[in-house]
Amino acid sequence: MSGFWQRRRIPLAWLLLTRQPARLAVALAGIAFAGILMFMQLGFRDGLFDASVTVHKLFDADLVLMSPRTMSSIGMAGFPRRRLVQVLADPAVRGTTPVHWNLMLWRNPETRRTRSILTIGFEPGDPLFSDPSLAAKAHVLNQQGRVLFDERSRPEFGPIASWFRQGRTVETEVAGKRVRVAGLVALGPSFGADGNMLTSRETFLRLMPNTPPGSIELGLIRLRNGSDPLQVAERLRRMLPDDVSVYTKQGFEEFEKNYWRSSTAIGFIFTLGAAMGFIVGCVIVYQILYSDVSDHLPEYATLMAMGYRLINLLGVVAREGLLLAVLGYLPAWVAGQGLYALVRHGTKLPVYMNNERSLLVFVLILAMCMGSAAMAMRKLADADPAEIF
Amino acid sequence: MLSSLLATTPRPVAPEPSVQLRGLNHWYGSGSNRRQVIQGVDLTINPGEVVLLTGPSGCGKTTLLTLVGALRQVMEGSVRVFGLELKGSTRGQRQQLRRSIGMIFQGHNLLRCLSAEQNVQMGADLLPDLGYRARRDLAREWLRAVGLEDHLGKLPHDLSGGQKQRVAIARALAAQPRLLLADEPTAALDSRTGREVVDLLKGLARNQDCAVLMVTHDPRILDIADRVVRMEDGQLIDGGDGERLWGAHRLADTGRESAEG
Repeated sequence: MSGFWQRRRIPLAWLLLTRQPARLAVALAGIAFAGILMFMQLGFRDGLFDASVTVHKLFDADLVLMSPRTMSSIGMAGFPRRRLVQVLADPAVRGTTPVHWNLMLWRNPETRRTRSILTIGFEPGDPLFSDPSLAAKAHVLNQQGRVLFDERSRPEFGPIASWFRQGRTVETEVAGKRVRVAGLVALGPSFGADGNMLTSRETFLRLMPNTPPGSIELGLIRLRNGSDPLQVAERLRRMLPDDVSVYTKQGFEEFEKNYWRSSTAIGFIFTLGAAMGFIVGCVIVYQILYSDVSDHLPEYATLMAMGYRLINLLGVVAREGLLLAVLGYLPAWVAGQGLYALVRHGTKLPVYMNNERSLLVFVLILAMCMGSAAMAMRKLADADPAEIF
Repeated sequence: MLSSLLATTPRPVAPEPSVQLRGLNHWYGSGSNRRQVIQGVDLTINPGEVVLLTGPSGCGKTTLLTLVGALRQVMEGSVRVFGLELKGSTRGQRQQLRRSIGMIFQGHNLLRCLSAEQNVQMGADLLPDLGYRARRDLAREWLRAVGLEDHLGKLPHDLSGGQKQRVAIARALAAQPRLLLADEPTAALDSRTGREVVDLLKGLARNQDCAVLMVTHDPRILDIADRVVRMEDGQLIDGGDGERLWGAHRLADTGRESAEG
């Protein structure tokens, strides 16, 4: 440490940058703007993809069985329910829950308009979600024709939650059949569904009478404590026939996200938006650093005349780029947090600041500043020490 | 104060001349636009020698300084500085050599974002084997030596022209050069300060065997010179290696004449 203090030099890069506070402020505003643009675009992209697994994340499962024919949550195919019985043979399996999953038409009881709602059917006595509060509500589903409505569903489904809280009897049609709202749950809309409802397996089959007997769309598997989901998944894959696929919980979520990534332009559009932010930032930083180097060219030439190496001066410009990156990133991160909260409030999209995105945007800003600094360094070649005499 | 600074790093007497120019030619442009600015210059400057270079504007003095200072490529002839032949030398060799050469520019060329102390420390930072505190203390010592101990933290735009020039001089000296090249170092100074500065340079030359080549039109300082070299149209007409006997008595006369004129 003492060696470092002995070797340290005058912080020339910092002093050059701060000599003109107004210019520095403009530079930082530009970098922060580019950073915010990247945060927002990447946040929207990831938020939309995360939204596609809003319900997936809630399941109480370590492993999930699905049909290999399933493409996504909006097109679930069925597989034989007895596969869940087979997996119980594995000593690591603690329990299973068969789940029906399909989109049905919900009629808004106020406007009489219909809209697709994700309907999840399960045995009310089986664990479904990690949230224990649901188990307390599930018993109301034992009565046929009862549903639990997701109060976070979009308002197009009608004022269900407020009516229910007022004590009104809320009845409507689902798939052309009468159902009554027996309670509220809080799940949240996803990419494929603007609203959700839970019902018993029995009610589900009444609403969807064409469901093949013994067929389910999802099989939730819970493992004993200490079991390795990856190893158990591998064992089950070897054990089960080809009419079913085994996923870890994370793999199940990724499967859904990948569908939206690959089948929609969302990823491309928002990544392009982030790239535009990157390019705008590059232009801003380059302009700032180029004019900074140009303004200080006689001083750089003086330093060269004194015996400073070109590499020393390049280092000064590089440090200026690094300082701009760090100083520009901080306000971008803070503003990003605020804007994410605004987006969450306005759209209910799960847009949160996470470490990966924080790091990614910092690396992009750093690359932006260092790349621009590298281009601005070419101007240093014009610094002719002979011209200063 | 000055004596303590000059005594800090005594140098052994170098066995070779600090500067040796032989048949030096230099020109700008090419073809019909070619303009010869240095013509067949021969000049030797020994360690500890103070040489003043005079002559009318545009006669090639500054170009000569830049060639000796390893700031330009030598076109024709030989320039040896501390034994290193600059003709054909690499950029790295010239850059390394410049660390041994102190340069005082007519336009100060102080770094605008640095205080007087920091500007001088930029010179001291070139010294190897000196810690941060030692370099900073050295910078303060040199600023004290040029009478600016009360202006350490001032930025260049808060200093007068003469004060800037003194900071530039302190910066050049803080790097403990073996050769000092100065372009009109006293032009912006009043007579008292100018005298102090040239005495400082003279002391540097005497105590540290630092060779000094100074372009000047200031007749008040001619007496410090061991030799005055006069240049016209790119040629040395007085005081070159052919006229080593141009001595101090003649310098005094020249100074008197200039002062009277």
